[in-house]
Amino acid sequence: MSLLSQIFDLLLTPAFAASVLRITTPILFAALGGLMARRCGIMNLALEGSMLTASLFAVIASAFAKKAVLGGVSAAQADPALVSKATTVGIIAGFIVGTLAGIAICMFLAYMAVGLRADAYLAGLAINTMATGGTVFILYMAAGEKGISSSLDSCSMPFINIPGLKDIPVLGEIFSGQNLMTYFAWICVAVVYFIIFKTATGLRIRAVGENPNAAESVGVNVKKVQYQAMALSGLFCGFGGVSLSMSYVQFFSRGMTAGKGFIGMSAMNLGNASPVGTAIAAFLFGFFDAMGNVMQSLAIPVQFVQAIPYVATLVGLVVFAIASDNKVKKLKAKQGK
Amino acid sequence: MPEEILLMDKITKVYPNGFVANKDVTFSINKGEIHALMGENGAGKSTLMKILFGIEPFEEGRIVLKGKEVRFNGPLDAIANGVGMVHQHFMLVPSLTVAENVVLGMEPKKGGMFDFEEAVRLTEEACNKYNLKVDARAKVEDLPVGFKQKVEIVKALVRGAEILILDEPTAVLTPQETAELFVELKHLKEQGHTIVFISHKLHEIKELCDRITILRLGKSVGKANIADVTEADISRMMVGRDVVLKVEKTPAKPQETVLKVRDLRIVADTGKPIVNDISFSVRKGEILGMAGVEGNGQSQISEAITGLLSYQQGSISVNGVDLKGKKIREIRELGVSHVSEDRNTYGAALVSSVKDNILSDRYYKKEYNKGLLFDDKKINEMTDDLIKEFLIKCDDRDDQVKMLSGGNVQKVVVAREFSNKPALVIANQPTRGIDVGATEFIRKRLVELRDEGTAVLLISADLNEVLELSDSLIVMNEGKIAAYLPDASVITDMILGEYMLGVKTQTPEEIARVAYD
Amino acid sequence: MTSKQIERRFEIFKTVVAVLLALGLALVVISFVSESPAEAIVAFMTGPFQRASRISNIIEVMTPLMFTGVAICILYQANQFSMIGEGAFLIGANLCTWFAVTHENWAGLPLMLTVMVIAIVAGVTVSIVPAVLKVKFRANEVVSSIMMNYVILKISDYLFYYHFRDVASGQQASFPIPAQIKLPKLIPGLRLHAGIIIGLVLAVLAYFFIYRTKWGYEIRMVGANQNFAKYSGISVLSVALSTQLIGGGIAGLGGAVEILGRYDRFIWFGTQPGFGFDGVLVGVLAKNNPLLVPVAAFLLAYMRTGADVMNRVSDVPIEFVDVVQGLIILFVAAEMFLAKYKHKLIVNNAKKQLEAKEAAK
Repeated sequence: MSLLSQIFDLLLTPAFAASVLRITTPILFAALGGLMARRCGIMNLALEGSMLTASLFAVIASAFAKKAVLGGVSAAQADPALVSKATTVGIIAGFIVGTLAGIAICMFLAYMAVGLRADAYLAGLAINTMATGGTVFILYMAAGEKGISSSLDSCSMPFINIPGLKDIPVLGEIFSGQNLMTYFAWICVAVVYFIIFKTATGLRIRAVGENPNAAESVGVNVKKVQYQAMALSGLFCGFGGVSLSMSYVQFFSRGMTAGKGFIGMSAMNLGNASPVGTAIAAFLFGFFDAMGNVMQSLAIPVQFVQAIPYVATLVGLVVFAIASDNKVKKLKAKQGK
Repeated sequence: MPEEILLMDKITKVYPNGFVANKDVTFSINKGEIHALMGENGAGKSTLMKILFGIEPFEEGRIVLKGKEVRFNGPLDAIANGVGMVHQHFMLVPSLTVAENVVLGMEPKKGGMFDFEEAVRLTEEACNKYNLKVDARAKVEDLPVGFKQKVEIVKALVRGAEILILDEPTAVLTPQETAELFVELKHLKEQGHTIVFISHKLHEIKELCDRITILRLGKSVGKANIADVTEADISRMMVGRDVVLKVEKTPAKPQETVLKVRDLRIVADTGKPIVNDISFSVRKGEILGMAGVEGNGQSQISEAITGLLSYQQGSISVNGVDLKGKKIREIRELGVSHVSEDRNTYGAALVSSVKDNILSDRYYKKEYNKGLLFDDKKINEMTDDLIKEFLIKCDDRDDQVKMLSGGNVQKVVVAREFSNKPALVIANQPTRGIDVGATEFIRKRLVELRDEGTAVLLISADLNEVLELSDSLIVMNEGKIAAYLPDASVITDMILGEYMLGVKTQTPEEIARVAYD
Repeated sequence: MTSKQIERRFEIFKTVVAVLLALGLALVVISFVSESPAEAIVAFMTGPFQRASRISNIIEVMTPLMFTGVAICILYQANQFSMIGEGAFLIGANLCTWFAVTHENWAGLPLMLTVMVIAIVAGVTVSIVPAVLKVKFRANEVVSSIMMNYVILKISDYLFYYHFRDVASGQQASFPIPAQIKLPKLIPGLRLHAGIIIGLVLAVLAYFFIYRTKWGYEIRMVGANQNFAKYSGISVLSVALSTQLIGGGIAGLGGAVEILGRYDRFIWFGTQPGFGFDGVLVGVLAKNNPLLVPVAAFLLAYMRTGADVMNRVSDVPIEFVDVVQGLIILFVAAEMFLAKYKHKLIVNNAKKQLEAKEAAK
């Protein structure tokens, strides 16, 4: 069988389609975080660091909360009712603390860029550096490990079987049984659309991003709006972080974002900061990422396959530029003659 | 006895770079009057108004509004106290609708959501009340300039402005739009509003205003009833002497054609043609003025000639060399100099030194390089000579350009552009926004260049400037040449105005004379 | 004193405060997390200077930082925020090793020069992607270069794993680098190698390049105001392109120097070594002036070495240096950091001058 047909066989399965949705999740969250920031006029390069921090804190909080409820009894020996209660508490604690950590990092960038007027690029990169080392530092302090949080017994957000849908062949396999965070990500696309276009805050965010002087001249507190938008940006990064360490895997590992923040940023650029366009672009990147995953079983060096999502992002940037160039050219050509 | 509504008492403002913009300025206005605030550029008018509006903090002094001392911590404070401002550069968000712009910052809500229909209603109500006609549902980016200004005024009024500050509102308007604005402003005054009107145009102030305050070099130097002073009085107070910006010049002796523009068409990114098949020539030893309201294609023409903008059709040549496909460097090598209308964007690198700014068109030449390295001695000599020759006020050649005043920045630009023996100078708004001294200096240099045999294309929205300096004139309207006037010395601003506004247009034959074919 | 002088002095003052403040915060953190804070802090602060071998170690650590630091200086002078230094460094080191281990029978000097050229070419080549994406397609170079760095990491992993990994070595390491091309040791008994000299020469050359040549002038003008550069006849796109390639080349050379000076085998597999990101700190601290790069690189190397010493004698993990590093960048980059103090200085000064003027009248 040729390599190409092998690839097609791998891609044309419901399991693959389901994995695309799964893998899209953190990218989509990051992209939505980038979108909120871009709409208020800030380039949020700290998406990566924010997600990474969120995923660590989610794991730590959920493990510690669970342990506290269990009260020193090991999960294997404890009363099942207590274990279930401990797990619920762990989930909630992880979700909340992880999200807050994500918000905190983006607010820190906002303070640097807005409050202290640091270059947002530099500040973003600096925060990523801090997050990379800081998470390992904190992990070591919390768990005595530097690579992976295997000694922390953390929880996972629930997986949802959708009644009715789950029994439909193919569709059920794809769309049912995903983690709560995956469904949540797509709901968030609608939420972002609503915030941006249907609320007063959204109107202000758009105004501030497009012409801060105009917004300021009518008494809009530009800094406040930017802080609000950055808090929302952090909120979605926080969700993204939780989706990394508390859904399909239940641990934190160093550098586990692996560029997903930047891929999300690219998706937002491709989508021109429109919620729907951004979601589609994020889905595309998720597709290539998933493709890289399944192709690891083929007789191709694994490194090539692993490079696919990054190459796809680079290609995406080019395609976007060519498409928007062509639009202008067409308009000009129409009038030129 | 008129009631004093606002007093700014002994205001002092120092900018972070050490520039003292206002020194003990006192400014007082009465309720229900239109009060003119005049002064040269850099006299401190805008700073004073920004302080009043809470945008800039001030170091000393006090503001008394309706008998109460106030200190605004931002525009929001000012607005809440009934002070509204229409900025020189519009403070609008282009992609939003008129209604959204109007209610921005005080959005009506319904069930937690933004209520767009209510915003439209509010806007239309205000428009009707004050007789300002704007479509509330239109996107601001689709509106002409005059309408954008109306949106700005509506914005202020909807917020309950009793005192309305207008910062050079007529600078961007056609005479008709200006006339319309004046009717609207007088209407507002009748309804009890107080207006602060900032302008450079004496006749406008004479026509519209009741009283006047004049600033000079950051200090208030005069206050008067308009009825009691003549235009000459005002201009004397502004500059401390009678300004007669007469430039001595002999009649031009035009020689062969240097710049030849034929059937030029330029299309904007949006697909809209901005320059429509125009042809003209500029000859050695003459200044051809290009008059017109800004935004009628002049900037695009200057950018096309100097290689900054590509054009779709037609040809441009300099001394017989076709410029199509030529790089900016190659065009400059043909002796084309360019004083850009926007010195902060194109004309200068503000964060760089005076030396680096002067060097930018010649740094690569053999005479300034020794082997792989710069010949610092020669470069320094050249720079110091130009600083002296062009009277650039700076501590030394390593000063950052952003530390200089507007006039001196423009002198740096001009020192570079005029000192390379240009065959053709494209001077686009060469004296906009700079002090009288620098203006006079630059105008004189332009005439000197002409006398030395340079061809000069002078683009200016300042009617006095084009009439004063040009030997002959073309007038631009909507991307086309509306008129060619071979002898600028016999033209009045009335005639020019009619062509500028498209009231009159010459026949194609008359216009074609400027090609000198 | 003029405002200009105040501004200049203030910048130096601010940088020093930023470094001290970040270090101070680090000490606070150490004293909270460590069981024996005093010991840890002493180890961190004075540890690096306690032995000659450790001073030699500082210089060894600062050597690669000088290359990526100079690369960042040049890039940032032109406002090109490419992070490609990271990938260029890695691929330079990788290809240099590959060529060296497969041509061990060559004589020392020719082989050494060849692998250095290979590293430079490799660095330039990988820089082409984000550079072209930027100038041709206006894609943000920060994002595209970081994506490219991941791609490079995978390529490097592949080449290493399949082409010059020494399976017999018992660890993830390449075949040994031939002894004849190793950079000479400067002082007998210490690990200090000649790479630092190459780095210093590079910093001086880069300084002359940026401030005293027409090419450097073009780079500076593109960085100062792109529109002005274009209007003056400078080809902004080709400057942006060539600057990014030069930056990549320098970082690539750094990769070779690091391998030839410090390592017996190529050992970077699976993760990015991080020198590109460190270069950002060095560039920012040096205010994009290559002459200050050695100072900035020394500072970072000192912190790294200190953290390493501390890590050995106490329980504080070395990663906290990343946090300190990030904080320094933030403090230096923050325009409003200490701005009130600066404003006061300038206002007082302006007032004084005004009074002096009035008095003189």
